[in-house]
Amino acid sequence: MRSYYVKRFFSAIFTILIIATITFFLMRMIPGGPFTRERQVPDEILAALNARYNLDDPLFIQYLNYMKGLVTFDLGPSFRILGYSVNDLIREGFPTSAKIGILATILIVSVGIPVGIISALKQNSPIDYFVMFMATLGVTLPSFVIATFIIYFFAGQLGWIPSNGLNSPLAYIGPTIALSGYSLSFVARLTRSSMLEVLRQDYVRTARANGISEFKVIGKHALKNALIPVITYIGPMIAAILTGSFVIEKVFALPGMGGYFVESVTNRDYTVIIGMTVFYAAFYIIMVFLVDIAYSMIDPRIKLSS
Amino acid sequence: MKKLLLVLVSFVLVLGLGACKKANEDIVFNWNIGADPATLDPSLNGASDGGDVINQTFEGLVREINGVVQPGIAESWEVSGDGRTVTFHLRESNWSDGTPLTADDFVYAWKRGMDPATASEYSWIWEYTNVVGANDAVYNGGSLDDVGITAIDDYTFEVQLINPTAYFVSLMAFYHFMPVKQSAVEAAGGEDGLWAKDPELVVSNGPFVLTEYNIGEGLVLERNPEYWNADVVGIDVIQGKFIDDESTAYAAYNAGDLDFIPSVPSAEVPILIAESDEFYVFPLLGTYYYSFNMDKDGDGVNEGYDQDGLFSNATLRTALSMSIDREAICEAAGAGQVPAAGFVPPGFLDNEGNDFFLTAGTYGVAADDSAYAAAVTLFAQAASELGMTVAALQAELETQELLYNTSEGHQMIAEMVQEMWASNLGFTMPLANQEWAVFQDTRSAGDFEIARGGWLTDYMDPSGLLSIFGSTNSYNDPNYYNAAFDTLLAESQATTDAAVHFDKLYAAQEMFIGDMPIIPIYHYTDTMLVKDYVEGWARSVLGSVDFSQATINK
Repeated sequence: MRSYYVKRFFSAIFTILIIATITFFLMRMIPGGPFTRERQVPDEILAALNARYNLDDPLFIQYLNYMKGLVTFDLGPSFRILGYSVNDLIREGFPTSAKIGILATILIVSVGIPVGIISALKQNSPIDYFVMFMATLGVTLPSFVIATFIIYFFAGQLGWIPSNGLNSPLAYIGPTIALSGYSLSFVARLTRSSMLEVLRQDYVRTARANGISEFKVIGKHALKNALIPVITYIGPMIAAILTGSFVIEKVFALPGMGGYFVESVTNRDYTVIIGMTVFYAAFYIIMVFLVDIAYSMIDPRIKLSS
Repeated sequence: MKKLLLVLVSFVLVLGLGACKKANEDIVFNWNIGADPATLDPSLNGASDGGDVINQTFEGLVREINGVVQPGIAESWEVSGDGRTVTFHLRESNWSDGTPLTADDFVYAWKRGMDPATASEYSWIWEYTNVVGANDAVYNGGSLDDVGITAIDDYTFEVQLINPTAYFVSLMAFYHFMPVKQSAVEAAGGEDGLWAKDPELVVSNGPFVLTEYNIGEGLVLERNPEYWNADVVGIDVIQGKFIDDESTAYAAYNAGDLDFIPSVPSAEVPILIAESDEFYVFPLLGTYYYSFNMDKDGDGVNEGYDQDGLFSNATLRTALSMSIDREAICEAAGAGQVPAAGFVPPGFLDNEGNDFFLTAGTYGVAADDSAYAAAVTLFAQAASELGMTVAALQAELETQELLYNTSEGHQMIAEMVQEMWASNLGFTMPLANQEWAVFQDTRSAGDFEIARGGWLTDYMDPSGLLSIFGSTNSYNDPNYYNAAFDTLLAESQATTDAAVHFDKLYAAQEMFIGDMPIIPIYHYTDTMLVKDYVEGWARSVLGSVDFSQATINK
């Protein structure tokens, strides 16, 4: 068991280093640089800027220096937001993104799973049709449409919620709903189909034949197995949701870290791109690992070993 | 489920407590700045959002309000007879920490701005100041000691220029030339301009001083009691927001959360122009255009068809430029843009007080489609000059490419141009777009046939636009090499006689449009939405907002 953890740990480190390396070299292959401006910076000034950020060193030296920083959790300075390091940006932005992300995750799990179960139990009933209709809608509507609609209607027309920022409890409603829309619908659909499949299994029929109460059959026997695919989805989803969404944070004007994933690429802010990628990758790997542990807890047939 | 509900409710309660606002009788102004500025350090800044904030927190030698240059820290100034020495007499004033501001602070700020070690991306602006030795310091490693700026005494600041420079004093309103305090800049923890974003470290001399800064969210500015002209300041607190999304800012404005937003969703513009008295459209001193690549082989000389391709031919360039209905494009762009016949936009007054744009005229480049017939004739003439049939020319134009940086707005205009050429001249030129940093690389490498361009002036003189097409200028994207044009520009800069200065510039633009290295499309505009109870706000003609004398009258 312990050797399994050690192995997982080292493979995770290795994966992150590979990801950082690939990101580093891929970004440098794209034309343009962090000081590319609408108004082109003269060569002499560009040279001064590059010297200031050690971008004039040979690429391989820059790579070694970056990796040296990375292993000590120093993600380097941002080239675009003067005076801030990538660590600063994550420290300032992550709490906001995570707050919305946690609320969205709670909403997704607490609504998506029960709704999926009910829908499966009442298969082909009006409730089922309604849930599936809403779920299809939720999966197909892009989050920016939901977000813009919420702002236009509930903030602009009705004035029920603030139009931007997170300065009141009501302000959390819009971003949370818009952020969870897709995953909530997806989880509901996934739970339903997985539940339907489990309900057709022999052991469920056996349990029912033994006269176990329906509540116990569903809650104790069927649900556990039905949740495995859902957990597989939710693990990585949490990593994605907690690190922020570019669209949601832009539309609701939230000071999170989601925007950096897109803006840093447009800005060629190399250190921010790698920093964000590595942070997300590390988060992702941890979540996948937790999912594996959850498997072994839910289903005793699954054992964690190499 | 109950437990979960309990957790949620208590979570919401805790958040609610934190958000309670205390009663406040200050005059508060809610301003959307737009994007979170990269820096608020005047010497390091290179962006308009940062410049807008700096214009509230710092004060330069002069302040430009609605086109009028007013004394700032300089009480008065005089220019020597040969136009090469400018002496500023500073008033006695204080920094926000109560210490006196002297001429040495200007000397420090200016030398810091031009020092390559500071790596200020806007240090190229020194090239346009004509300050003795500044160019050398910025570009060639020249010593900062040789720069012609001197603190004669605490309150006398003298500047030596290599050429008389008519716009020099007005340029001093620009953020790059504002003073900074050495001890604040060099304070521990304030590296890379961070001091200007840190309420603990910041020292400034403008109408307002920074008291709060939250990355990605907003900032708070409060009235600076040490400001020399503090009596005119009518606002106590400016709540600045970093709302990047125009729709969100617009919704917040309508909900009453914001009093001033710098841009609105373009779809709303026509309705606002027609119906809102809170909506303002200002000319922005710049031009949207397409560059023809006149030096396709990149050897630094404009040659003929064999070396430099189709767009070496002036008649063809003119025919293409005349086959564009600029009014239709402006209408589609929808923010009150002005059709461009030349390169200099409305807003520059010449020595006789006439608008340069109006006086220069249209050079036969029609705003609408009335020159289409003439364009067809020119097109046929161009074909014979190139030694081919009209059909062959059309076929060859269809192998060329019109390049723009990826954006819906640019795409719309490119498609309109493509359609106008197709209907009038009978060829469909393929369009191409590239992500903007890639586009920049392609364009400056000269690897294009026709490419989009846009330029805004940095100072109040038409040379701020025309000079980019000088042979050695790095922004000369069309690769236009005309010695006679260069001479006219140089002569306009070397004279102390305003009449000669403008004569040369008029002649330069006429020669330029005669050669048609670019297709001017329109002159930019700037839009903003301001609640009617905000009074006394101003805007500099170069586009910076100014709340130093604004107040709120609800």
